[in-house]
Amino acid sequence: MDPTQITLVQAHAMLRSRQISARELTTAFLERIARINPIINAFITVDGEGAMAAARMADERLAQGTATPMTGIPVGVKDLFCTQHLTTTCGSKMLARFRPPYESTVTRKLKEAGAVILGKTNMDEFAMGSSNETSWFGPVRNPWDIRRIPGGSSGGSAAALAARLALATIGSDTGGSIRQPAALTGTTGLKPTYGRISRFGMIAFASSLDQAGPMAWSAADAAMVLQVIAGHDAMDSTSIRDDVPDYSAHLSTRMEGLRIGIPAEYHPESLNPEIGQALDEAGRVFGALGATLVPVSLPHTRHAIPTYYIIAPAEASSNLARFDGVRFGHRCQDPVDLKDMYTRTRSEGFGAEVKRRIMLGTYVLSSGYYDAYYRKAQKVRRLIADDFHQAFQKVDLLLTPTTPGTAFPLGEKIDDPVAMYLSDLFTINVNLAGLPGISIPCGSDSQGLPIGMQLIAPILKEAPLLSAAHAFQTATSWHQRKPEL
Amino acid sequence: MANDPLYETIIGLEVHAQMLTRSKIFCGCSTTFGAEANTQICPVCAAFPGVLPVLNRELVQMAIKTGLAVHGTIRERSEFARKNYFYPDLPAGYQISQFELPIIERGELTLDLESGEKKRIGITRIHMEVDAGKSLHEGIQGASWIDLNRTGTPLLEIVSEPDLRSSREAGAYLKKLRSILRYLQVCDGNMEEGSFRCDANVSVRRRGDTRLGTRTELKNLNSIRNVMRAIDFEADRQIDLLESGGTIVQETRLWDANLNTSRSMRGKEEAHDYRYFPEPDLPPLVITRERIDAVARQLPELPDAKAIRFSRELGLSEYDAGVLTSSREMASFFEETVQQGAHPKTAANWITVELLGRLNREGLEIEQSAVTPRRLGRLIGLIQSGDISGKIAKQVFELMFETEADPERIVAERGLKQVSDTGAIEAAVDKVLAENPTQVQQYREGKTKVAGFLVGQVMKATRGKANPAAVNAILQAKLSG
Amino acid sequence: MSIQAETVKQVAVLARLQLDDQAVPPLVEQLSNILKLVEQLNELDTRDVVPMSHALDMPIPERPDEVVNTNCKDALLANAPDSVQGYFQVPKIIE
Repeated sequence: MDPTQITLVQAHAMLRSRQISARELTTAFLERIARINPIINAFITVDGEGAMAAARMADERLAQGTATPMTGIPVGVKDLFCTQHLTTTCGSKMLARFRPPYESTVTRKLKEAGAVILGKTNMDEFAMGSSNETSWFGPVRNPWDIRRIPGGSSGGSAAALAARLALATIGSDTGGSIRQPAALTGTTGLKPTYGRISRFGMIAFASSLDQAGPMAWSAADAAMVLQVIAGHDAMDSTSIRDDVPDYSAHLSTRMEGLRIGIPAEYHPESLNPEIGQALDEAGRVFGALGATLVPVSLPHTRHAIPTYYIIAPAEASSNLARFDGVRFGHRCQDPVDLKDMYTRTRSEGFGAEVKRRIMLGTYVLSSGYYDAYYRKAQKVRRLIADDFHQAFQKVDLLLTPTTPGTAFPLGEKIDDPVAMYLSDLFTINVNLAGLPGISIPCGSDSQGLPIGMQLIAPILKEAPLLSAAHAFQTATSWHQRKPEL
Repeated sequence: MANDPLYETIIGLEVHAQMLTRSKIFCGCSTTFGAEANTQICPVCAAFPGVLPVLNRELVQMAIKTGLAVHGTIRERSEFARKNYFYPDLPAGYQISQFELPIIERGELTLDLESGEKKRIGITRIHMEVDAGKSLHEGIQGASWIDLNRTGTPLLEIVSEPDLRSSREAGAYLKKLRSILRYLQVCDGNMEEGSFRCDANVSVRRRGDTRLGTRTELKNLNSIRNVMRAIDFEADRQIDLLESGGTIVQETRLWDANLNTSRSMRGKEEAHDYRYFPEPDLPPLVITRERIDAVARQLPELPDAKAIRFSRELGLSEYDAGVLTSSREMASFFEETVQQGAHPKTAANWITVELLGRLNREGLEIEQSAVTPRRLGRLIGLIQSGDISGKIAKQVFELMFETEADPERIVAERGLKQVSDTGAIEAAVDKVLAENPTQVQQYREGKTKVAGFLVGQVMKATRGKANPAAVNAILQAKLSG
Repeated sequence: MSIQAETVKQVAVLARLQLDDQAVPPLVEQLSNILKLVEQLNELDTRDVVPMSHALDMPIPERPDEVVNTNCKDALLANAPDSVQGYFQVPKIIE
């Protein structure tokens, strides 16, 4: 048996029954990474030594009976979670050699649960991108077709999973950065409610939208990871205080009485017809499982992208001001004066997309434009959120496509920011409203590329969301398809 | 100067007061002044990637206290905002402040002007914000050094309405505000160490004009004296400029206390565009009525209320009451002295005349006084009980100041206790009468004024210890007998 | 609305980014396209809508006023591109 081809749930059972040791499991993944990562570039940093040390400790815990469901599980972590003493680059030249003297809450919780962090996964620079082509460390390639992008910005986390380089990965999602790459790589990606997982130590892109989340091979696996990383954190003032339910215990295969809303606005003409068909088929599966499909309307859907492309760059332009060459990160050679240090450091350290968004964000906040852009966007944001609240008066979940198309070829949209931004059409709304959303595989296109669908739930309804995804995955096998590498 | 017949000066002040919290505004670093560079910083206040702010509860309490003390409105919902600009001592590249929705709005302060009038000065707003770090330039070749210890120290920015009309009023406003903050124990008010800082907005207009003139902002004012001098200088500069046909340019000017002049920062400063927006890392601050009421119950008695009580209940003059409430330390010195049993008016007299006179000569503050309120109260007690005379008491007071000893001990050791024993006094009187037959004769002939001389002789003979009332009575009896 | 080259240059100064002359035209075009996309928001009447600056409606938490951090100067200075005698060093600040 190849231990890299099992699920997290299976691996945990095997570790617990001592059929495999954490060291064996970790070694198998490190070997596979050594072989496959050079092809897909999913990891920026592989921490073999740290992983083996963690695996040894995990084996001790397993022997002592103090193991958690995540003990000994090899995971990959998006390279924007600060890891103490382990380089954290955020996919940028700016932080190419940055070694944080502190730990993000997410990685601290993973480590405390005994998970084995294999390394840091590639990403769009500062999480700005939908294709993973903006990384300073080179693009990530989609394991389903290495000429294509894996999606972004958590493209490394998605590709690493699809290529079976980890049992689970952690991503972050500001406008679809977990769900979109999950859809394009045939994996399961959950963006929880804003504030459910602490943002402390997660390098900020857009603070009011950013949320960490698990990426895995199934909803059941994602539930186990979420269990460990969710919860209140006194270090994050936007962290939710509510108790964390037992997600795995809530998983069910029954959907009787569940009402699933199908928003009309999520089936525009631009939608790839194969995705439309896959969604229709998914609807039939849910119907067969006992759910009722209800047509709903989210009238402000088409305003989400413009709203997002004001709010996110505005916050980013401010969040990225700290990268000034004074305390950490890149500094230009021999600055002649202070202004030269700032402008050259930042111009050299940031890539084109990051600079574009800083420019945009600076512009929309600047005097004379604030009301027309930023305040306007904040108002429309409320309209978008209200759409969802109204829909959830009638239904329990919403079912939508995750992306308008399947994985596109590298380079296709990189010079056309607007075309790139439009690929986040179906995911951005969820961030604006702060809701949980999950993308799971639901088909494949004529070229065999994965198609993903998105389920959206009300605030803090991760448990029913995961349960619905789990029920679908129990009835289908799309999530078990594997790319050939 | 300040009182130009043609022009009136319009002044608004922006005060930055460091709050006396133990830890910083958004992290658990110490706020102690004077530590070794960069030893009181952490990833949060040094703005490392991915860190987040968490608000200090005590700062909110202090802001509410201050708001109540200046009769301001405490907003039920206020909001933090980011003020964006690049500077090496501002590590995040933005200052977390409050912009559209500050915690306090519409307060006021009453000034007691030297003319005896009272004047209300409006307070536009008070908001919470973070202090920046410090940069060192002097003696460093081609570079500046950054110390972030001060970064994240909590500040209240207190913005006045343009209600002040002279440098004197500005000075009085600052003294009053500082006194209130000290009464509240939220700020130590030390301008030299920078824990109480002031920028002044100054404009002039022809008397009778209702429109405001173009204003300039004065910075680098590190004492109340400098604030006043800089305002006078700026008003004169603007008036001269207008009189010679020039126009005022809106600008920031740096005061140079050594040269007694200010210079424009124009050209040196970038066109600022702070791009304020609501701080996404901090949800809105919601303050309940119950919380405000709880703070109000703990509020100490403030200078205005105290002064009224001192004059109405303790019978002090308005002037004395004003002096004795001008600082928290002064007021508690007075109150503790009275607690020892001293009569309030006597205590007020001793403090405002003897004590403050001596402290002034020594250049000391009242909290540095060698004579404690307990000892001063007991000294006054000795006068009240007739143990020493007022004259001896002054002598004892000076000795107390130098030796830091109890008054009773000084009186005992130096044998200064007043003699009220009539036998001893009679003996002394008889001796003086015997030695001064001429004066006795004069008295008996009707020149009763010489009695004063004879009393003086008796006091001299008893080295000032005799009870003067007793000496008088005995002397009168013997002379008329 | 399309953005002018001059505005782009001013914004770059505010954002402390260096733009060489050939970088300006494509950026003008891209930003103009994005702003065109953004302008579709103008068709919405939002006069009575309360701006939404946070994803969730929750009050700010407040922490006790306690000093919990100890000196970690060395760990923080370890990442500094230039530090001298315990200070972060930058080119001379001219006031």
